[in-house]
Amino acid sequence: MNGLDIRDVHKTYPNGVEVLKGIDIEVDAGQFLILVGSSGCGKSTLLNMIAGLEPISRGEIRIGGRVVNDLPPKSRDIAMVFQSYALYPSMTVRQNISFGLEVRGVSAAEQKRAVDRVAEMLQIGHLLERKPKQLSGGQRQRVAMGRAMARDPVLFLFDEPLSNLDAQLRLEMRAEIKLMHRRLGKTICYVTHDQIEAMTLGDRIAVMKDGVVQQFGPPQEVYDSPANMYVAGFIGAPPMNFIRGTVATARDRAVFECVTPTGKVSLPLPFGRDAVSAPDGAELLLGLRPERMTDLAKARYEDAAGASARVDVRVDVVEPTGPDNLVVTELGGNRVVCRVHSSCTAVAGELLPLTLDLSKAVLFDPRTGARVDAHKAVAP
Amino acid sequence: MSERIPSSTSGVGMGVASGAGVGRTSGAGAGLAPAGMRTSPRGVGAQRLMIYGVLLLVAVFVLAPVYVVVVTSLKDLAEIRRGNVLALPEVPTLAAWLKAWGTACTGVRCEGLRPYFVNSVLMVVPAVLLSSILGSINGYALAQWRFRGADAIFTLLLVGFFIPFQVILLPAAQLLGVLGLSNTIAGLVLIHVVYGIAFTTMLFRNYYVGVPQELVKAARIDGAGFFRIFRRIFLPLSLPIFMVCIIWQFTQIWNDFLFGVVFSGVDARPVTVALNNLVNTSEGVKEYNVDMAAALITALPTAVVYMLGGRYFVRGLTAGAVKG
Repeated sequence: MNGLDIRDVHKTYPNGVEVLKGIDIEVDAGQFLILVGSSGCGKSTLLNMIAGLEPISRGEIRIGGRVVNDLPPKSRDIAMVFQSYALYPSMTVRQNISFGLEVRGVSAAEQKRAVDRVAEMLQIGHLLERKPKQLSGGQRQRVAMGRAMARDPVLFLFDEPLSNLDAQLRLEMRAEIKLMHRRLGKTICYVTHDQIEAMTLGDRIAVMKDGVVQQFGPPQEVYDSPANMYVAGFIGAPPMNFIRGTVATARDRAVFECVTPTGKVSLPLPFGRDAVSAPDGAELLLGLRPERMTDLAKARYEDAAGASARVDVRVDVVEPTGPDNLVVTELGGNRVVCRVHSSCTAVAGELLPLTLDLSKAVLFDPRTGARVDAHKAVAP
Repeated sequence: MSERIPSSTSGVGMGVASGAGVGRTSGAGAGLAPAGMRTSPRGVGAQRLMIYGVLLLVAVFVLAPVYVVVVTSLKDLAEIRRGNVLALPEVPTLAAWLKAWGTACTGVRCEGLRPYFVNSVLMVVPAVLLSSILGSINGYALAQWRFRGADAIFTLLLVGFFIPFQVILLPAAQLLGVLGLSNTIAGLVLIHVVYGIAFTTMLFRNYYVGVPQELVKAARIDGAGFFRIFRRIFLPLSLPIFMVCIIWQFTQIWNDFLFGVVFSGVDARPVTVALNNLVNTSEGVKEYNVDMAAALITALPTAVVYMLGGRYFVRGLTAGAVKG
């Protein structure tokens, strides 16, 4: 593909520590790729390798169809936005934005045109003669983006660009980045540890852990059909619930049996028995998102392929969030969180009837954390 | 500023209150005092007095010899012989200064300190500039470019601090001989630069370590190379630390005696060596006023450098990370 193409990339440090263990990611030109994972997963290392700031131990990286392994950063036709903004402190905003052009010997008139274009797009025209230390965090972020945009590269790299901003500004700049992507239509590779940024911004998400891509796919697919328990727990807030129980067969369909306060229930699963690679009676974990465990019993989920069920749970804690309430309870011996309507009058200690929508239910092996149903996501 | 004005006015108001109400206990005043002011105004006064007293004593102790040197240099010999060391000169005269500068004998030559002062200037200016510039480039490389062997070089530099001057005298003399720089100002410059690099490199390294690494990354992606990044991004940040380095190196090199006496021939003697010769050359009468004037002339440049750059010295030493 002609966007960004990462093939079997490894990174081993001279002391023998392997931080990237064979990364394969491909995105089309113009796509927004998110590298997400908790700290130490290797996402920033991978970004630095794409940028050319760190050598590649093994494998191949192509940008716009061109192998860049041995090219220095300046020859890769990329631009990067850093978490700390990395604005040159002694230069004005204008000089910051035009520095890359100046280094490349672009004429002064051309530089001015580029700065004006970028300044207008980001509405930083009034800041051009200021020094970085005279700017607020949000303004610095804009200037950093402007600096990246001035050269009009084929690939933008973002290294946790919103982590230093307060919550409100973060929302604002997130929308700004998405808007910029839509306008420019350039390929973006964006590193974050924030799963909401990953979901909201990305065309493709690569969830990384311990130097391995756990899952690579569109955000909704990663959300609905996580490849393993790590992804299921990382993406989504609150994370996916894991309900302990056993798999069984009922009229060729797979069912999931678990213990509730009012007795054992048999939950219908949305796939055939042959889709589950575990024998009857095997101890498994049922993965169910909080919003699929709700008090809204009505038709909304009733026709979900017949895969819905009623269970009673004993309420431990109720957490109102505004739009809805989170009910913390226990099911099958594990703590689970359910998202119920804000009008729900659940009281701690009482029984609450829930409707489980099992149309997106997934099964995990509790020992390996791997998916054991055939819906298992396959990397595109 | 807006934060300071109310607190200072409240301080004044409190002072008035405690002055008017004699019967009021100072404890009540302390209770009303803004956070940070722990004792009553009266307590503060006593404390202040003590601090200033001690500081004054120390200042007198340190400055007394300087005072004696200055007044003696302004007296004539007859007055000095009368013995009142601490008295101000009855008839101040610059005769001793003029003699020390122009005609006093340093060994067999009687040209005063002037030619040697010029030698010192010719030595100290290039030596300070070269060692500072090399140190800043080295420090920048060590702090911001993690190259293979950087740690080893850093360790070697640390070791460089612990080598006593005397150890390198003979090998350095041989080296200067091989290079044809024996007994020249250029040779002295070389020795001082080489000896200064360990210190200046460390100084700049520790300063540049506080600069975020992302600046170099950003500049590399922008297409700038090693020296352009140094020139355009790091040099403009470096004024305070350059001042520290220049002051320090100037003091070290100007005041150096050992290298000066060992490596300079007759024509390249720095002023420190000449001062020693001047003081030790007597024509029967010991001219204390000329000796004192010569000492002051020798010490003057470093004093001037400190006065011009002193505020940078403190600022540079305490300067922390540079926030982008």
